[in-house]
Amino acid sequence: MAGADGDDSLYPIAVLIDELRNEDVQLRLNSIKKLSTIALALGVERTRTELLPFLTDTIYDEDEVLLALAEQLGNFTMLVGGPEYVHCLLPPLESLATVEETVVRDKAVESLRKISQEHSPVDLEVHFEPLVKRLASGDWFTSRTSACGLFSVCYPRVSSTVKAEIRQHFRTLCSDDTPMVRRAAASKLGEFAKVLELDYVKSDIISLFTALASDEQDSVRLLAVEACVSIATLLPQEDLETLVMPTLRQAAEDKSWRVRYMVADKFSELQKAVGPEITKNDLVPAFQNLLKDCEAEVRAAAANKVKEFCENLPEDNREQIIMTHILPCVKELVSDTNQHVKSALASVIMGLSTILGKDNTIEHLLPLFLAQLKDECPEVRLNIISNLDCVNEVIGIRQLSQSLLPAIVELAEDAKWRVRLAIIEYMPLLAGQLGVEFFDEKLNTLCMAWLIDHVYAIREAATCNLMKLVEKFGAEWAQNTIVPKVLGMANDPNYLHRMTTLFCINVIVHCCGYPYREITTKQMLPVVLKMSNDQVANVRFNVAKSLQKIGPVLDSNALQTEVKPVLEKLASDTDMDVKYFAQEAISVLALA
Amino acid sequence: MSAISASEKVDGFTRKSMRKAQKQRKSQGSSQYRTHSTPVELSPLPQLKDAPSTEQQELFTQKLQQCCMLFDFFDSVTDLKSKEIKRATLNELVDYVSTNRGVLVESAYPEITNMITTNIFRTLPPSENPDFDPEEDEPTLEASWPHMQLVYEFLLRFLENPDFQPSIAKRYIDQKFVQQLLELFDSEDPRERDFLKTILHRIYGKFLGLRAFIRKQINNIFLRFIYETEHFNGVAELLEILGSIINGFALPLKAEHKQFLMKVLIPLHTAKGLALFHAQLAYCVVQFLEKDPTLTEPVIRGLLKFWPKTCSQKEVMFLGEIEEILDVIEPTQFKKIQEPLFKQISKCVANPHFQVAERALYFWNNEYILSLIEENIDKILPIMFCSLYRISKEHWNPTIVALVYNVLKTLMEMNCTLFDELTSSYKADRQREKKKEQERDELWKKLDELRLSNPALVQNNSHGLLRVQNNNNNNNNNSSNNINNSDTQDRDVDSAVAITTDEKEPDSMAAGESTLSAK
Repeated sequence: MAGADGDDSLYPIAVLIDELRNEDVQLRLNSIKKLSTIALALGVERTRTELLPFLTDTIYDEDEVLLALAEQLGNFTMLVGGPEYVHCLLPPLESLATVEETVVRDKAVESLRKISQEHSPVDLEVHFEPLVKRLASGDWFTSRTSACGLFSVCYPRVSSTVKAEIRQHFRTLCSDDTPMVRRAAASKLGEFAKVLELDYVKSDIISLFTALASDEQDSVRLLAVEACVSIATLLPQEDLETLVMPTLRQAAEDKSWRVRYMVADKFSELQKAVGPEITKNDLVPAFQNLLKDCEAEVRAAAANKVKEFCENLPEDNREQIIMTHILPCVKELVSDTNQHVKSALASVIMGLSTILGKDNTIEHLLPLFLAQLKDECPEVRLNIISNLDCVNEVIGIRQLSQSLLPAIVELAEDAKWRVRLAIIEYMPLLAGQLGVEFFDEKLNTLCMAWLIDHVYAIREAATCNLMKLVEKFGAEWAQNTIVPKVLGMANDPNYLHRMTTLFCINVIVHCCGYPYREITTKQMLPVVLKMSNDQVANVRFNVAKSLQKIGPVLDSNALQTEVKPVLEKLASDTDMDVKYFAQEAISVLALA
Repeated sequence: MSAISASEKVDGFTRKSMRKAQKQRKSQGSSQYRTHSTPVELSPLPQLKDAPSTEQQELFTQKLQQCCMLFDFFDSVTDLKSKEIKRATLNELVDYVSTNRGVLVESAYPEITNMITTNIFRTLPPSENPDFDPEEDEPTLEASWPHMQLVYEFLLRFLENPDFQPSIAKRYIDQKFVQQLLELFDSEDPRERDFLKTILHRIYGKFLGLRAFIRKQINNIFLRFIYETEHFNGVAELLEILGSIINGFALPLKAEHKQFLMKVLIPLHTAKGLALFHAQLAYCVVQFLEKDPTLTEPVIRGLLKFWPKTCSQKEVMFLGEIEEILDVIEPTQFKKIQEPLFKQISKCVANPHFQVAERALYFWNNEYILSLIEENIDKILPIMFCSLYRISKEHWNPTIVALVYNVLKTLMEMNCTLFDELTSSYKADRQREKKKEQERDELWKKLDELRLSNPALVQNNSHGLLRVQNNNNNNNNNSSNNINNSDTQDRDVDSAVAITTDEKEPDSMAAGESTLSAK
């Protein structure tokens, strides 16, 4: 910090503070974001004695400014003189932790958590812990909510009497009469449990957990489900049945769909936390119920977990459980009334084939895949197609190709361009799995048709797709199948198609590169050069851009005799943009 | 997907309204009918009016119990006969409690509340449309409404029956009951919310012991709406009830009420969907100021703090609310806030969005505001002058320029000398400002050099350079701006119904009740 010493007089605090008080919010915000610079100018001493008190006293500002301040203060330890003075930062952060705006408060808590680590154990008890207590017993709910996030960071490093106080405060907040505070407490319950001694987990946390899990508000109950994962992980297996399972069972059948949704959403974590025995006895039926839930939201969340759940089943009777308990529910979901449920299922169902093996896949799963490939909702079909690789490993894609093709063709021509875009993105993958013959025969026409789609995003994606196909199938293939068609488009009456030719050439040159200089010089370059006479300026300046890309591949002769004259002509074009790009190309290719 | 319009062929981004037109489907939801076992078929009971008076009470109870059977309204073909029987019975019950005296004997209360709770209290279903936009989208209607409407009607008649005794009912209509009732305000179905509004208003009027609780719960709902979920369908309805509650607050206002104003009502202005309840909200705020004018300064400062930065539509609403407040402001209060307020107004008149500028300039058509400005012209003119002078030359919209000329003329007439001084010093002032800005740049440049010469610190503070999260969500709802600003002032006359007292004088409650009614 020595650098600041001599300069104090240069930067009187009044001037700096004036900046922080500027009438214009934007300027105030800028100043606060550079608070560290101000602190540096003042030096550690004056930062502690003048700047921080000022900040603490004047905290009434736009939330945006407060947010920036809360964030800055978390990184201020060195600027106040290192860990031994870090407690100076507590007063302003304490005020920030009580403001209404959640974003600000959360940031203040985050900074407090950060600097708590920089406190010595003594400072933690003398300065930090009293702050947590003050927040925990504040009048307005905001300070109590903030307190919830601070218990776990100081608990491990304080004496046992203080620990007892902290536990007591946490208990009180768990039964606060403001639901906002109970929600905050419930969301930190798992984290707090982790730092507690096992005995207290059993005596304190479990009763709090049970109470929160049967709160009158579903927004509190659902947070208890999250805590359930951490708590179950902490407890020895033999205690789970009595301490955790009654509550978990109740949550899985909660009358509020939000709670059931949460259970479904956290199912894999829960499954790992409670272990194989309880999974077999309790979670399998619970999972079946969630898959059959009356709310589509819950079914979709559960459907999303089908693969993970099955994967994590104990291996000894995994197959039997899946075949007798899970698969029947899955079969029903394939024809669910809700498309989100079906598409959630479609995104994971293919993963079951690796778990169930070849025979089961062919007999039981294949019909489901085929049914989903014919689903009315494009998202379902897309999700199946995007996961083809899992099946490919088990039974080979040929089994599906008969049904696959119509599905792909239909998606390729879907009225929604976002659907078309999605299927294009899977083309390289499909091409890889189906092989070059199948591709040439069935899919190549589609890929070429996308190049003249009426939506630019599709044409762009199709161009990019070409590049990936060329990478996959090689330059020779490109020369025989792609290049003639692309070059043909150079004479298209639509200038957008003519431009597509240029874009395609750019990518093909990029992947064929130097070894295939022949194709570039003989076939593509003449076309590009000819297009420099196009009547549409957009085409002309794209010629300049293309030449810039092709240039490095060409030999110097072609560059000098063919490219240079054309670029020079373009550089004196009537259109400003054409000129610009031509000049750029000339300088990049060093032709000047 | 057969008919794709030409415009969709051309560009993929069809307008929201067009997409909506394609799926003209009445959406209905309900989570009322749940995993219950199959309903037993109902058999019709004799009419209450035909029963001898000794048996009427027993029959009434039987009918109430019969109505506890719930049916699946998603399936429109099952249990048709039983559904019809329940509907007819409910109709009869509604009629029975509204026309007869002496039917509300003590033993009937638990049966009645049981029937009501079984039918209406439920977890609301997830919204059909995950990004439901109340301003644009059609709400999902409650599928079981044919029955539910009658149950609500029955509850209302029950509460309004002259024999209704809160002292007995409070055992059943308790905090838990009210809590569940309040949760239903999130229903997407406007018909349901309308009933709930009237019912909660009645309960607030009749159950003194529940008033503080109801206010507190509404508080919590709003805070959750503002700071956690940004989603609650019944904000407007709750505010409407509050409007009449505030009207009845005793003076001096309790600290609790002031806190509600400052910590809940003012922050409610930051909500994304402000347009949906702004009229009711502004009404509540003005009610408070009429009760206690000393709140004016904190309220206006609060509004200035949350002034929209990017959403012009909301800015117009704020200006409307400010005008409503100025309409009732006391001159002494006006003096306290004139400076910060007119600094904001001067920004508004210079707003490039003409509706914002126009709305602010309309203040000069308000006689009372004009008189306040005239009284304080020495303070206000210097604040306003720069903006007005500048946009009189620069604004793109001719209407605004014309309005600005008028305003400048009015202000000039108020204090000609000051106006001339400001005109002549305009250039010098601008230059002084520019110089100040340069000085600031210099200062920061020096500070930055200092920072660069100290690499340890730069590294330590690399976090500080991270982009700060955009905290401005509240204001970026920058969609269509074609709103008619008279809408924001068009307050629902019904909401003005007064609950004339705070807890203290229960008796006068009945007086102002009748106008707030469900259709």
